[in-house]
Amino acid sequence: MSMKTELGKVRGLGSAHDGTEHFRMQRLTAVSNFPLAIYLVYFIVAHVGHSRQAVLTSAKNPFCAIALSLAVISTFWHMKLGIQMVIEDYVHGTAKKLMALLLNTFFAFALAALALFAILKMNFGV
Amino acid sequence: MTQRPLSPHLQIYKPMLSMTMSILHRITGLGLALGMFGFVWWLSAAATSDGYFDLVQGLLKSWFGQLVLFGMTWALMHHMLGGLRHFVWDTGHGFALPTVEWLVRANLIGSVVLTILIWVIAYGVRP
Repeated sequence: MSMKTELGKVRGLGSAHDGTEHFRMQRLTAVSNFPLAIYLVYFIVAHVGHSRQAVLTSAKNPFCAIALSLAVISTFWHMKLGIQMVIEDYVHGTAKKLMALLLNTFFAFALAALALFAILKMNFGV
Repeated sequence: MTQRPLSPHLQIYKPMLSMTMSILHRITGLGLALGMFGFVWWLSAAATSDGYFDLVQGLLKSWFGQLVLFGMTWALMHHMLGGLRHFVWDTGHGFALPTVEWLVRANLIGSVVLTILIWVIAYGVRP
């Protein structure tokens, strides 16, 4: 006889296969997005019309580099979770939905990697 | 596929502020995802070369580029205040209809005010 609790027996067997992880991370990244996304959009607006040298100087400031990197991670994570929810709501059919979810994940990671690489290159590259 | 009558969807409801805001929350979220393409393009250009950055920066500096960036700022502020509204609802508060209506109005006004504020600050405090 199994010693598993009633809850333990059914955990992960619902149609969603997982619990509140998505909801929790959506909220957690929403909180971190408050300061970080505001900083990100401020960074862009403040550099409109500036030379590349000005952007490089800013990006080389440790505060800017770290805040921008965190903003990239936080916003892309939040974006991935958000688009996932829209796909789950509106894309039907297992194959199509699976493909859309995969593309969403790859798209988020690829763009985030590109952004982080750009920040690193501006700081340590030539 | 079997032809069965579908249950009524959104179109049978009279459009309400709260419902419009819910749809707008998704649209601004998706719009911001598109905006991230632009951000990464711009950032990568800055990491690449003077010539390439001038090209991308030229697009951003144009009236159209700035209009899009202003729109993105508003979308972000709207989505952000919408998120704040959801945090209030997550705690189980603010579900009374007058409160919902008030929150919606505050969200709309707040998003415009914050957008203008960010642009004023970003143009005032330039690096």
